Amino acid sequence: MAYPDHREEVFARIREALREPAPHRHGGYSEDAGEHTHTDEHPPDAEAFRAWLPAVGPRLEEQVALFAQNAAQLKADFRRVATLEEAGQALAGLSRENGWKRVATHRETPVAVLAEKLGLPCLFTDAGYATAELEACDAAITGCDALIAQTGSVLVTTRSAGGRALSVLPPHHVVIAERGQMVPDLATALQSVRKRYEPDWPSFLSFITGPSRTGDIERILVLGAHGPKQLTILLVG
Amino acid sequence: MITFAKDFKRAAARVTADLRHRGLIQRALKSYEVKRDEFKGRYQNWSEARQAAAEIKWDAINHLDRYLAEFIAKLEARGTRVHVASTGEQARDYIVQVAKENAVRTIIKSKSMTAEEVELNEALEHAGCTVFESDLGEYIVQLRHEKPYHLVFPAMHLTRDEISDLFQKELGSEPTNSPEELTMIARRVMRQNYCRADMGISGANFAVAETGMISITENEGNARLTTALPKIHVAILGIEKILPKLEDLALFLPMLATAGAGQPLTCYNSLFGGPRQPGEVDGPEQFHVVLLDNRRTELLADAEQRDSLHCIRCGACLNVCPIFKNVGGHSYGTTYQGPIGSVITPHLRGLQNWKHLSAASSLCGACTEACPVGIDLHHHLLHNRRNAMKEKPLWWEKIAYAGFVFLMRRPLLYRISGKLGSIFFPLHKLVNGGPLDPLISWTKTREFPPLAKQSFQEYWKAKGKKEAPHGLS
Ligand code: SF4
Repeated sequence: MAYPDHREEVFARIREALREPAPHRHGGYSEDAGEHTHTDEHPPDAEAFRAWLPAVGPRLEEQVALFAQNAAQLKADFRRVATLEEAGQALAGLSRENGWKRVATHRETPVAVLAEKLGLPCLFTDAGYATAELEACDAAITGCDALIAQTGSVLVTTRSAGGRALSVLPPHHVVIAERGQMVPDLATALQSVRKRYEPDWPSFLSFITGPSRTGDIERILVLGAHGPKQLTILLVG
Repeated sequence: MITFAKDFKRAAARVTADLRHRGLIQRALKSYEVKRDEFKGRYQNWSEARQAAAEIKWDAINHLDRYLAEFIAKLEARGTRVHVASTGEQARDYIVQVAKENAVRTIIKSKSMTAEEVELNEALEHAGCTVFESDLGEYIVQLRHEKPYHLVFPAMHLTRDEISDLFQKELGSEPTNSPEELTMIARRVMRQNYCRADMGISGANFAVAETGMISITENEGNARLTTALPKIHVAILGIEKILPKLEDLALFLPMLATAGAGQPLTCYNSLFGGPRQPGEVDGPEQFHVVLLDNRRTELLADAEQRDSLHCIRCGACLNVCPIFKNVGGHSYGTTYQGPIGSVITPHLRGLQNWKHLSAASSLCGACTEACPVGIDLHHHLLHNRRNAMKEKPLWWEKIAYAGFVFLMRRPLLYRISGKLGSIFFPLHKLVNGGPLDPLISWTKTREFPPLAKQSFQEYWKAKGKKEAPHGLS
């Protein structure tokens, strides 16, 4: 597309503007900050954040407990199961309780196997899918990249969760995670996906923190605004 | 120029007198405050975290050329089309052009204040497209043909009954006073729109330079659907959204949620690094990122106020501002309301036209205290006042100050005028608050304090004679 871009002009203005240095402020009142001009020291990094953000214990058990506590507050359904077989039973239970008729998933172990065991019609997103068909599914069963204890979040990417829409379009999202995927905090989660993918990043990554919600009407919490009303996380092992 | 200030005064006077409205806003913000404090309390050290956020943003903004170039290069390397727009008009024209070239008819949009800033919807509608706002609050204000009331909570000024009436009228739905049912009505409408939209438009909360990704924060899942289903995704964002490193998000995502909405983390924090990549099953074929200057570089050129570009649009400064709570979001007449709006609008739209917002402040500093990136907001209000006066002094103020200086330098004259004051002051009662009152702009809403019987000088002299055993010391 031949449409004039104005980057030269904008970059020139930026460079011109930055010729006058700004006083270095560590935030807050300018009077208190002892206005010295910045000397290129490095700003704090992820290692430093850990000391200030909400605390997370170092042991797996502590992290699982914190995750469970966060999930409960977020109104997500978190369960720890010992084996894949138990995970299958939990899924079957969910299917019965919620009257699932059709589920969607992606070809990845163990999620595909678990989903197929339900004996329901099963849509796989891997080879492409019709949006209306995915929308008609009662639940989506996906894998994930990590569980984050500090925030009760699930990290998904196009690769670990069968694309962009699978984990957001059906009304119930079930995540299957393994114990090795529990990480203490957001920084660790980001570092781990960096290790796994860089430089061939998936085009989409998302931290999912509880079921979809809104407070846009009188600031009253309602679940299931546009995304899933229910989020279940099964931690295996 | 006078009209903007007049409109503001008129709207502010009207809203401040509406106790029902004020009650609604204050109740909503009270529950936010409780939650915010709860989650802030979980931080091991909020003020250190805040300082770190300020430093990271300082680094990003003060090396903006370098980081922006890196961001653009990384995005383009993975098939994203980046467009840098100098003005709002250029950004609009580009997006309209993309819509036309792809024969786009229906557009689904997730919340973007930058799109509001450039009045994107109007331009697209003018070009024959239908635009649906998918964020619930934005959808509600769109149906009412209104502007968002608040950066983060666009429909916080409406009650459930008003929303039910609106849905009844516009969508033919059944009346209900349940927020849950109202939400489900919007959900059903929007589901159809996601599926048939040819284009999705979003904003962005952060632009990660190092990996070439935009980050979108939302609660509802509407932005995820907007960016997953249509075959074209256009994101519009200001050039100041830059963060240097991916891991910086580990600090900014939770702080944005806690400061702005009283949440530990917002429900969906998604990163987008390109259109659908080889081997991926879905996602848009085209991904356009429109980077907007629109006079942000003027703010950048003002070294003193450059830190106002650190803003992450969390809305915390609005939520704690006594002016915002009383005059409401619409009175400002700006895209960005509250303290941050009062600071930056004069730069974005002209100082003389918008300087009145910097005067509408109690200078209590609650905004500076609340800001998660530590922008010195209330001092910037003072800087704007100073700059406005320097640029265009008011003749009567100049005369008034000259008169004051003249008087203060002449003790005898000062004493005489004091005496005259106490002689004439009792007469003020006769005109108090009436049309003849020279102090009307004060006495309309306040009592004028009575003059003391004794001047300070007289008092001091009398004290001195008595040797002041425990007087002023
Ligand atoms: S100025 Fe600070 S408090 Fe206000 S919206 Fe921006 S980041 Fe939030």
